[in-house]
Amino acid sequence: MIEIEDVHFRYPGGVEALKGVTLTIRDGEFVAIMGQNGAGKTTLVKHFNGLLKPSTGKVRVDNTETTKTSVASLSKTVGFVFQNPDHQLFSETVEEEIAFALKNFGFTEEAIGKQITWALNLLSLAQYRKTSPFMLSGGERKRVALASVLAWDPQMLILDEPTIGQDHEQKERLRQFIVQLQTQGKTVVIVTHDVEFVAECNPRVILMREGKIIADGKGKEILTNRDALTQSSIILPQIAQIFTHLTALGLAKNVIDIYEAKEKLLRVWRKAEE
Amino acid sequence: MSRSVFDGLKFRRVYSPIHNLDPRIKFIYVLGVFVAAILFSEILPLLALFLMQIPFVLLAGVRKEWLRSLRGALFLATFIFFTNVLFRFIGAGYAILPTDVEFSAAMTLRFIVLVESFSVFFLTTSPDHLGLALEQSRVPYEFSFAFTTAVRFVPVLAEEAETIMDAQKARGLELEKGNFMKRIRNYVPVLIPLIVSAIRRSLELAEAMESRAWGATKKRTNLYELSLHRGDFVLLLITVGVLMLEIYIRLFVPVPTLSQLFL
Repeated sequence: MIEIEDVHFRYPGGVEALKGVTLTIRDGEFVAIMGQNGAGKTTLVKHFNGLLKPSTGKVRVDNTETTKTSVASLSKTVGFVFQNPDHQLFSETVEEEIAFALKNFGFTEEAIGKQITWALNLLSLAQYRKTSPFMLSGGERKRVALASVLAWDPQMLILDEPTIGQDHEQKERLRQFIVQLQTQGKTVVIVTHDVEFVAECNPRVILMREGKIIADGKGKEILTNRDALTQSSIILPQIAQIFTHLTALGLAKNVIDIYEAKEKLLRVWRKAEE
Repeated sequence: MSRSVFDGLKFRRVYSPIHNLDPRIKFIYVLGVFVAAILFSEILPLLALFLMQIPFVLLAGVRKEWLRSLRGALFLATFIFFTNVLFRFIGAGYAILPTDVEFSAAMTLRFIVLVESFSVFFLTTSPDHLGLALEQSRVPYEFSFAFTTAVRFVPVLAEEAETIMDAQKARGLELEKGNFMKRIRNYVPVLIPLIVSAIRRSLELAEAMESRAWGATKKRTNLYELSLHRGDFVLLLITVGVLMLEIYIRLFVPVPTLSQLFL
């Protein structure tokens, strides 16, 4: 569980990036943090594993204050995958890349081998085990970065812009993968601009603007709340856009799911035919 | 530490009498300070050189950034001071003499004077101006471009290094752990991504430049031309004056040390 209590954060340069954020993320939740560039999304999630410590206020991870422990020990429970894989890949082979964190956390050699195989299979990277990560494509490097964090099986996973540079198929795989983590009771937090991806996942959505949370709730409610979205420079998901124009047919506005949309439209269609 | 040193060299676009000075003249001034600092190993003239920079800093309004660069230099300055004291201590037959401490302090101050004058120069000179200055001093454009690009990318790289460190810390890397050799090895996971992404970035930059007709004509034209104004001549006069004064003092006036004055 992550508890954030009235956190303010000011960068050494003087910019106040968080202006009083209070938030609780319970175990097993799936949360998407959205907002315009510079709203403080990445600053906020960097507090979750102690990379940043609050200027004032408190951040507790599983009842431990982040100021009282190290990033390394927090990372064991909170895995953080950075936006740009090139900021972390450095090993000669994919295998060694994944082993890096496991060695840091003191896994035994046997366990390291097992975890590597598990993580590679999970992200369909098994054939690249002995390949240099620098020879892989952008999307594959991104998956290697993800695998290198998943390998130690952290209880909570933070993904910063996971869909950037991924084709549709990979996005869909990522979505299924997150669902799979959910069934294992893991907490997943994503930071993203990809409104369609969030609409498909339908998680809890938190909207940020200028260092504050301006909306927090179910994906279906937040992603159809035009005012809140406009404030965060986000456009309604396409399905919600269609449904806001169809209220004359007696349809509800708050639809973001493609199957729900199809059902509702078919119902109207059939009624008209009768 | 590493970050704050770079901050002291990072240009921010503001306007002040110092920012508007011609970079060529400012560079001559920095060289003048440089030469003057090398001329003296006594603490009093070095102190005077140190104080001489302060009006520039205040006039340019870069006090905060300048102080940060000094703080960044503190580590090396302490190192210089103590190595000097140590070797003088050994040289004097294992005795600490006040003159030796003063000499070490003077050497440290010399280093600080050099750092601060370069810091003022880079804080108040935009990379564009610097490039223009080089070009108008007949340096081939390829070289001046390479130089200004390098200068411009220092803060970008510093920021990137910070992100990389965060990314590796999130994978359990503890930079401050272990003995001296282990600590150096700890930086491998930071340095490799940094170098790789710098190379990648430079290749991308080269492609982007070529697609914008880099090197299409022999003679480039510039949007801005540098020209000397009254302020530039004043600074040139000050530089020449100070330098002449320093050389005169060096040659004809004995400079007392503090220990001679007070002991």
